[in-house]
Amino acid sequence: MEERRLNITPGGGEAGEAPAQFLTFRLGGEVFAVEIERVREVIDPAPVTRVPGAHPLMTGVFNLRGTVMPVAEIRPEFGLDPGGETADTCFIIMDIGSDSGETATVGIIADQVLEVVDLAPETIDPAPKVGARVRPELVKGIGKRRERFFMILDIDAMFKGVGEGR
Amino acid sequence: MTVDSATDQGRRVFIEEAEELLAQLEESLMELEDAPDDQEIIGGIFRALHTIKGSGAMFGFEAISSFTHGVENVFDKVRAGEIPVSRDLIDTALKAKDLIKEMLDSDDGAGCDQAVMAGLKEKIDGFLQDGAAAPAAPPLAAPADTANGGQPLCSWRIRFRPPANIFATGMDPTMLLDDLKELGECDIVGMTEEIPRLSEIDPEALYIWWDILLTTDKGRNAIEDVFIFVADDADLNIELIQCHDDDADDGENGRDHVKKLGEILVERGDISADKLDEALSEQSKLGEILVNKGLISPHRLQSALKEQEHIKKVAQAVQQKAAAREKTASIRVASNKLDHLVNLVGELVTVQARLSQLAAGAGTDNQLIFLAEEVERLSAELRDNTMSIRMLPIGATFSKFRRLVRDLSDTLGKEIALSISGSETELDKTVIEKLKDPLVHLIRNSADHGIEPPEVRRQAGKPPEGSILLAAEHSGAHVLIRVSDDGAGLDPEKIKAKAVEKGLIDPEADLSDAEIYNLVFAPGFSTAKTVSNVSGRGVGMDVVKNNIDELRGEIEVESEPGRGTTVTLKIPLTLAIIEGLLARIGSERYVLPLSAVEECVELRAEDSSVSERRNLVNIRGELIPYVSLRERFGISGQAPAIEQIVVTNVLGTRIGFVVDEVIGQHQTVIKNLGRLYQNVREISGATILGDGSVALILDVAQMVHAAEESELASVR
Repeated sequence: MEERRLNITPGGGEAGEAPAQFLTFRLGGEVFAVEIERVREVIDPAPVTRVPGAHPLMTGVFNLRGTVMPVAEIRPEFGLDPGGETADTCFIIMDIGSDSGETATVGIIADQVLEVVDLAPETIDPAPKVGARVRPELVKGIGKRRERFFMILDIDAMFKGVGEGR
Repeated sequence: MTVDSATDQGRRVFIEEAEELLAQLEESLMELEDAPDDQEIIGGIFRALHTIKGSGAMFGFEAISSFTHGVENVFDKVRAGEIPVSRDLIDTALKAKDLIKEMLDSDDGAGCDQAVMAGLKEKIDGFLQDGAAAPAAPPLAAPADTANGGQPLCSWRIRFRPPANIFATGMDPTMLLDDLKELGECDIVGMTEEIPRLSEIDPEALYIWWDILLTTDKGRNAIEDVFIFVADDADLNIELIQCHDDDADDGENGRDHVKKLGEILVERGDISADKLDEALSEQSKLGEILVNKGLISPHRLQSALKEQEHIKKVAQAVQQKAAAREKTASIRVASNKLDHLVNLVGELVTVQARLSQLAAGAGTDNQLIFLAEEVERLSAELRDNTMSIRMLPIGATFSKFRRLVRDLSDTLGKEIALSISGSETELDKTVIEKLKDPLVHLIRNSADHGIEPPEVRRQAGKPPEGSILLAAEHSGAHVLIRVSDDGAGLDPEKIKAKAVEKGLIDPEADLSDAEIYNLVFAPGFSTAKTVSNVSGRGVGMDVVKNNIDELRGEIEVESEPGRGTTVTLKIPLTLAIIEGLLARIGSERYVLPLSAVEECVELRAEDSSVSERRNLVNIRGELIPYVSLRERFGISGQAPAIEQIVVTNVLGTRIGFVVDEVIGQHQTVIKNLGRLYQNVREISGATILGDGSVALILDVAQMVHAAEESELASVR
C-alpha cells in the first residue's frame, strides 16, 4: 500500500492550502483525532481474546471477518481509566507504519466516534511543550472545532517499539 | 488484448520459462560432471539451450539468443562426440549460464558484464575450433550404433529368408520370430509365393520367408542378436525405416509423415520409380494396379501395405504417448492463486467447524448431523488436496547446493563432495523458500569451519576429500533435514570461551554440550579466527535460527570432535493448517499442536503434592516436569479439583501442560498474530474457532525452552 503520510507542520502552513481530514473520537472525557487516511473502518466491539505476555498497550486479538486483528487499549497512555463497554464503544481499525517500513493494522478501542472534520493546515497549532499529561511525541498538533480543542495523535509513534524485543 | 500486452505477456512467460530452464541446465551440468558419457544428460542440456535460444529470439531477447547460440553449438558438438566433456567445459558452461541469468535479470534483457561475455565467447570459440580440429568425428551414427542406453524408438524393416534346409540344423524360425516380438511392436508378413505345388513339396524344406516390421527402442544390435545363429546361412536384411523422436517439436522428422505405399515399394527396390510413376498416372488404387499389371506379386503388396499400416500405428502411438505426457505433466499456475485457494480452504474449514458444532448442539436432527458429517469429510479431503498441491519435492532446492559446494571447494581450496539423500521428500512451497537461506549458511559453515584442508585431513588419517551430506526425511508431521560433515567437529571449550568473551553467558554457567552448541546460534557469535568471504561474520547462524523459528521448527546440533558435525532441522510439513488439540483454562482456550502431544493424563490435587511444589508428576514411574498454564498466563479463576495434563515431547524432552479441560481435536487454520505481538514467544499464532472466537496456538518448543530457563534460574 502506498504510504500517504500527511505532512503537518503546525502553525506553519500557508493560508489557502488544501484542508486535511481527520476522524475525531472520544476517550473518557477527552477528544482525539487521527488522519482519516489511516482509518480503514469503524466497527462494533467484538469479543477479544487476551494475548498473555504482550505489550501493555495490546489487549488481545479478535475475529474481523476471518482475520485475526490485534486490539489496543490506548486510554492509559493519556492517564485515562479504561471504562467499561457502552453502547457507543467501538473499534477504530487503522493502519500504522514504522521506521523500518513494516506496516500493521490494529483496532483501537474508542468510547465514541464523533465526526470527520476538515482542518486547514494553518489552523493546527503545535503541541504544547509543557502542561499536557501526554508524552509530547505522541501529539502531532492541536486542532480546534466548535471552540473545542483536540489532540491530533501520531499513531506510528504510539506503536513504536511495540512487539519488539523478546 | 493489444499487441503490446501480448508481447509483454510473452516476454514474461519467456523469462519465467528461461529461469526454470537455467536452473535445470545448472543441475544437468552438475550431473554431467559425474557422468560425462550420459547422452541423455547431454541431450537435455542441448535442448534447454536450444529452447532458450529459440524463444529468446522470438520474444526479442536477441543478446541472450545470440550468446546462447554459441553455447548451443558447443553442446551440439559434445552431443556428436566431437568435443569431450571436461571440467573446463563444464566450468565455461556454468559461467555462461550465470551470464545468461544476468542478462535475463537485467531490465533490457541484455545487460551484463561485457568483459566476462567477451571472455566466455572466446572460450566458446576455442572449444568449437578444437572440436573441428579434433580427429575426424564419427559420422552421424545410425541411432542403432549409439552407445548403450537411451536408444530412440525406431522402426525397422527386416527381410528374413532362412535357408531352405534350416530344419535340418534343428532351428525353428518361428522361435526367432517370437524373440523379435519381444523387442517391441512387431508386424510379420509371411511370404508364400515360393511354395511349390503340393506334389513338388519337400516336407523337410522351408519355402516361406518373412517381411517383418519392428518398432523398438533396443537398437540394431538387439535385432541382429536374435538372428545370430542363422545369420551366416540366411538371407537377412535389416533396414532402418525411421526414428520416432517424440521429444522433437519441429515435426520435420516424420511424426506427421507416413510414407506413401509407392515410396515404400520404391525404397524396397520392389519397383523402380519410373514404373511407379507410370502406374500412378492411371489414377486408380495403386496396389491393385501394380498387381494387375504384374509388376509386383500380391504378397509383396500385402507386405508393403502392412508396413504402411505399421508405421501409421506406431506414429499414432507415439503421438498419443506425447499427448498423454502433456496431459499428466503439469500446468503453470500463479502461486498467488494457490495462496488464495489455501486461504479459502482455511475459511471453509473454519465454517465447517462451526457447522459441526451447531449440528452437535442440535440434538436429534439427524439430517443436519448427516450433512455436517458430509461437509466435514469433504472439507478435510479438500484441505488435504489443496495442501498437497503446495507440496514440492525438496530435491530442486538441494541440487542448487551442488553448485554452491563446487564453488566453495574452489574458493577455499578444499576438496568437498556433496551427497544428497531424500530429494523426493515433499514440503510446503513456502517452507522450502524459507529453508533456502538457512541451508546456504549451514553448508557454508560446514565447508568453511567444518571440513579441514586436505593436508590436515591426511594427517588426521581421513580421506583428503571431505564430504557434506544433505538429507531430508519425513517424521510424522515434520520433516527432518540434516546437514552433516565429516570435518573437525565443534569444540565446546572454544565455543564456551567465546560466549563468555562476548558476554553471552556467565563464566560460571554449567552447560551441557548440547546447550553450548546452541550458543553458536546466538546473534553476533562467530568462532572463526578470521572473517573469510565465505562465512565468519557471525550473522549466518543467527539467520538460521530466525528462519527456523519463523517456520516453527527446531534445531539440534550434534558434534564429535574430529569426526564431524550434524545439524538437524525439524520443520513442520505445512504452515497453513495443523491438527491441534483444543484445551480450556478458565474461560480461555488454547490450541496445542497435536504433533507435539504424546498423551493426556489427569492431575489430581494429591498427585501434585507428592513432589512438594517442584512441578513434577509421576506418570507410569517417570517423573515429568509440568507447567501450569493458569499460572504461566495469569488466567483468573479457580482450578478444578481434577485438572488435565497434556504431555508433549519436543526433541526428546517431555513436559506437561496443565489445563482445566481437554476439549478435543481441532483442525487449526493458523493465522499470524502480526508485528505487534512478535515479542510473545510462547504463542505461535491464532486460529478462529467454530463459534467465531479466537484461540491462541501454543509454541510448545518455546514453552519448553522458557521452562528450562526459568528452571535454571530457580536453581541458581
